[in-house]
Amino acid sequence: MSNTEVSRKKATRVPMREQDPERRARNFSEVPHGYSEQEAMEEAKRCLQCKKPLCVDGCPVNVKIPEFIKLIADGKFAEAARKLKETNALPAVCGRVCPQEEQCEIRCILQKKGNAIAVGNLERFAADWERDHNAVKLPEIKPSNGKKVAIVGSGPAGLTCAGELIKEGFDVTIFEALHEAGGVLVYGIPEFRLPKEIVKQEIDYLTKLGVKIEKNFIIGKIATIDELLTEEGFDAVFVGSGAGLPSFMKIKGENSIGVYSANEYLTRSNLMKAFEKNSPTPIMKGKKVVTVGGGNVAMDAARTAIRLGAENSSIVYRRSESEMPARVAEVHHAKEEGIEFNLLCNPVEILSDDKGFVKGIKCIRMELGEPDASGRRRPVPIDGSEFMIDCEVVVIAIGNSPNPLIPESTPELEISKWGTIVADETTGQTSKKYVYAGGDIVTGAATVILAMGAGKIAAENICKDLRDQKQ
Amino acid sequence: MTKILKKEQLSDSVWRFRLQAPRIAKKRKAGQFIILRPSGDSERIPLTIANADPAAGWIEIIFQAVGKTTMILRDLKEGDSVLDLAGPLGKPTHIENFGKVLCIGGGVGVAPLYPIISALYEAGNEVTSVLGARTKDLLILDTEISEKSSRTLIATDDGSAGKKGFVSDVFNELISNGEIFDAAFVIGPVMMMKVTTSLTVKAGIKTYVSLNPIMIDGTGMCGGCRITVNDKTKFACIDGPEFDASGIDWDEMVKRLGSYRDFESDARDQHTCRLEGK
Repeated sequence: MSNTEVSRKKATRVPMREQDPERRARNFSEVPHGYSEQEAMEEAKRCLQCKKPLCVDGCPVNVKIPEFIKLIADGKFAEAARKLKETNALPAVCGRVCPQEEQCEIRCILQKKGNAIAVGNLERFAADWERDHNAVKLPEIKPSNGKKVAIVGSGPAGLTCAGELIKEGFDVTIFEALHEAGGVLVYGIPEFRLPKEIVKQEIDYLTKLGVKIEKNFIIGKIATIDELLTEEGFDAVFVGSGAGLPSFMKIKGENSIGVYSANEYLTRSNLMKAFEKNSPTPIMKGKKVVTVGGGNVAMDAARTAIRLGAENSSIVYRRSESEMPARVAEVHHAKEEGIEFNLLCNPVEILSDDKGFVKGIKCIRMELGEPDASGRRRPVPIDGSEFMIDCEVVVIAIGNSPNPLIPESTPELEISKWGTIVADETTGQTSKKYVYAGGDIVTGAATVILAMGAGKIAAENICKDLRDQKQ
Repeated sequence: MTKILKKEQLSDSVWRFRLQAPRIAKKRKAGQFIILRPSGDSERIPLTIANADPAAGWIEIIFQAVGKTTMILRDLKEGDSVLDLAGPLGKPTHIENFGKVLCIGGGVGVAPLYPIISALYEAGNEVTSVLGARTKDLLILDTEISEKSSRTLIATDDGSAGKKGFVSDVFNELISNGEIFDAAFVIGPVMMMKVTTSLTVKAGIKTYVSLNPIMIDGTGMCGGCRITVNDKTKFACIDGPEFDASGIDWDEMVKRLGSYRDFESDARDQHTCRLEGK
């Protein structure tokens, strides 16, 4: 191989094969196929194995990136997966849904030469390989330290915190309000982006390590945080109850039939399997579906609509594409699947027929003005530019606020004016002794990996605080 | 898994199940509900906790078998188990000694009213209960309620029990007799609540209703149960299910309850009833 060939190879990322857009828009199977062993090794060999890897600092859970990639390059796939699991309890999930492009990959030296190393694709490969080859090996668990920790919520924050604590010898119980564990990973993120079987297996791994999961158990209602600490004998509680409350636009017609929050739409489809034929859970399919919002959740909803059989699925977003909070890859996938983008327009009213069923959404065109507090240019409506989009279903995906059940039922907990639990971001400690919190309930709606980072930080401090606790 | 300790038919399509749920029995208060899923192939449905015994560790639910999931539930036998059960959910009913209280229930709505009547009675109120049904055979809990009420009045559409007419007619009669009430609780089909509360509110009585909109998770997450109260959107699962009747947008609520009507009738047609051996 000539030197130029080598440097070209170094510069070009091995692409991941995907389901054909036209075909996948009609099924719920996963979009990317994953790397073959050969593809993974080829991509892994591009890694420069930096002495001071910047990528690791960009990762909220500090995955040992060069080390696991080296193991893949050497063909040691199971070892690579185990290396990942030293710091990340859910690698198969993170490999699929983490915004690597803004965390680890953005810091990669190769980014400057062309394409950063595909950390996410490789992470997914290693985790999938280990699982598919029945090579999952349980790590060493420290002997029981006699301390009990309760975890509220089985989403990314709670699962991560549980995974860390169980390895340290704690007796860990996760309490989940729904009938299935996984939080947003099972009710929110669709099958085509994160297969539920993968989430299930990652959770099974935690239960094999000894984590107990109590489903259908609503903390704040059936037991309060105080009761966990006093009557139920827990030494500490980690709250990872998420940002569950959907926001609405407060416009006329928003309670018409066929207007869903993204949470409801996705929960019906994902958790309650409304996409399956003969599902007991109804969902309004609609020939024309409009999703309002520009984040990953909006992309998930619009792409779900197409798969449920919509002839036309479109996004309405009030800023331009460059301000869209969704990952570039998700926007790209959505466009490939035929999702239309109505940018720089904002809904002003939802219209319905005499029985209350949605028949259209009235929007107004926007232009970008001066930057606002977020640093993004503020969208300003253009007078007299209203127009109608005919549709039968509207999905509102403009964000979520914290679930109020824990704050309401725990009087000593300090709560911000946004309804989030106030917790020290370097320790996870709340205003109440032995109560820690992390994830969306602290930050407001954010990403899976940030929630996992918070779960990990809290776990470290729970270890420290309970060890220091007088016996 | 939650074991069914006792199964009873209260009327044509209305059933009472006693479920082994010690933790919920200990915690629940009048006005709260549970969400259950009888089997893996059914929906999550909200049902009021109609009664509970914290010492014995059971709760009771009363439901009408109208859709696929309630039919799956009805087909379970004593000793069988309900797959998933979560609760208690919602804010408890505001109970105090109001003085003279009027409790009006219609159809299967009498079931969620029963624990409220009990709690009001135990709080020292003078409780007048008015129960309505289409016909005598559809009346439920009249015996239980009369034990917890100072007096119980019945109305049936066909006059087969009590007065012939609607609960609203009974109310009008009470008011025209010059009776005064300090508070009213009205639960029943949404049209009955709309009509009846318009009368009680007009008569100047502070009126509370318990709403049963479409709901999935019961913890505020889906927003499917949203209703408009005094021009503000509220979630029945966490802000309710009890609300002051005076500000409710009843027309919107009636419409939203009809969201899945076609879907429900399809499900009913497809369901093979294991009880009747169809």
